[in-house]
Amino acid sequence: MSRSDVVVTGLGATTPLGGDVASTWDAMLAGRSGVGPLTQEWAAQLPVRIAAQLAVDPSEVIDRVKLRRLDRSEAIAIIAARQAWEDAGLADSGVDPERLAVSVGSGIGGATTLLAQDDILEASGPRRVSPHTIPMLMPNGPAAWVGLELGAKAGVHTVASACATGAEAISLGLDIIRSGRADVVLVGGTEAVIHPLPIAGFASMRAMSTRNDEPERASRPWDSGRDGFVLGEGAGVLVLERAEHAAARGARVYARLAGAGITSDAYDIVQPHAEGEGAVRAISKAIADADIAREDIVHVNAHATSTPVGDMLEIGALRAALGDHPVLTATKSMTGHLLGAAGALESIATILSIRDGVVPPTINLDDPDADLSLDVAAHKARHMEIPAALNNAFGFGGHNVALVFTRP
Amino acid sequence: MTRDEITAGLAEILEEVAGVSPDDVAEGKSFTDDLDVDSLSMVEVVVAAEEKFGVKIPDNEVQNLKTVGDAVSYIAAQS
Repeated sequence: MSRSDVVVTGLGATTPLGGDVASTWDAMLAGRSGVGPLTQEWAAQLPVRIAAQLAVDPSEVIDRVKLRRLDRSEAIAIIAARQAWEDAGLADSGVDPERLAVSVGSGIGGATTLLAQDDILEASGPRRVSPHTIPMLMPNGPAAWVGLELGAKAGVHTVASACATGAEAISLGLDIIRSGRADVVLVGGTEAVIHPLPIAGFASMRAMSTRNDEPERASRPWDSGRDGFVLGEGAGVLVLERAEHAAARGARVYARLAGAGITSDAYDIVQPHAEGEGAVRAISKAIADADIAREDIVHVNAHATSTPVGDMLEIGALRAALGDHPVLTATKSMTGHLLGAAGALESIATILSIRDGVVPPTINLDDPDADLSLDVAAHKARHMEIPAALNNAFGFGGHNVALVFTRP
Repeated sequence: MTRDEITAGLAEILEEVAGVSPDDVAEGKSFTDDLDVDSLSMVEVVVAAEEKFGVKIPDNEVQNLKTVGDAVSYIAAQS
């Protein structure tokens, strides 16, 4: 039986670099940083006082009354999904709602709602807690809202695998189409937890950069001076579509989602496996699933978060799984780490790299780690033909996801 | 407090919570059918009204408040 080809026909995003895909992509290619100081009063007490905040606040896009009942992660998921929907030309396409699904996740979920309502509970008592609290903080909220906004009736799914969430949600969309359960799936991730508690939690793990005096230089994957990730917020949503369905309606196709590989480490709740064996297996599975040779992957948008250990483990895994030929980049050097949205935003970048034949730069790679043994597009975008590319995403809990995109 | 003053106060709450235009708020209007206030927003309206007018509106009373006028009468009797 021949398997359905799955293609990408729409992209949407709101990120620290821009309020949509075009502005985000332009900023990426220009090597601009989205990281800045946290000037909120609460930040003063924290060891980490920098983050990559949204370039366009959701209040500029969604009306005030509606926004009152949305967690920030839900609001930006809706914004990204609407953009992807428009971009795919689905608004007037008459797509069958019962063949339309959603797979959108978040790494942490509605934490800021939970914390804000807890403040109200403590200060004013239970009767003042908002009746919107539960739909705002429930983990499936963003996916459910996207499904509600766009009328998806073939199932609304929520993946949660920490920083691998966005990529795993894309992989689930691939499975949904291949299994015949839907023709179109909105897939992606969303995250908005720039709040003192999550920052304090990550900082207590010593996972975050404390380069507070130089925000734009703080996220520096593979650089010898890297000292942790920079928290970012944003959402990325892609429209996946059965290739025949896209062709029948004459849709513009960005790329094929040719394959996905998912593994779990079963090693440690937060530390990646010392040899990165789970990552190697995920990449190898994705290539096998795509039915291409490892030499075909000429570019990798890496997970590379700017942590001392993780960055170099990924290099080892890429060498083992692919060899020494691919050109790498770490767009987190500009966007910060969007946690559950990272895999979605970086998949969008990977797809645009294929379309435009250009690898966005890794900024701040001033003094490469002595063990950085692969070619990185440092400082400046690099133009090259990209028939096939890989996106990696790894998450606390030992989640490893690799996605292979190819030219349509 | 006059009925008009209570209506005006409710109109402020309805605008804040549910985006209802104050011009649309009148005693004869139904919260759900005319003003499009859903059940969760109604909870917010009730809690805000309790605070604004210094009254108690028990949950079992809320179902009887179909129209703005019903709410005005209840609040006027309590305050």
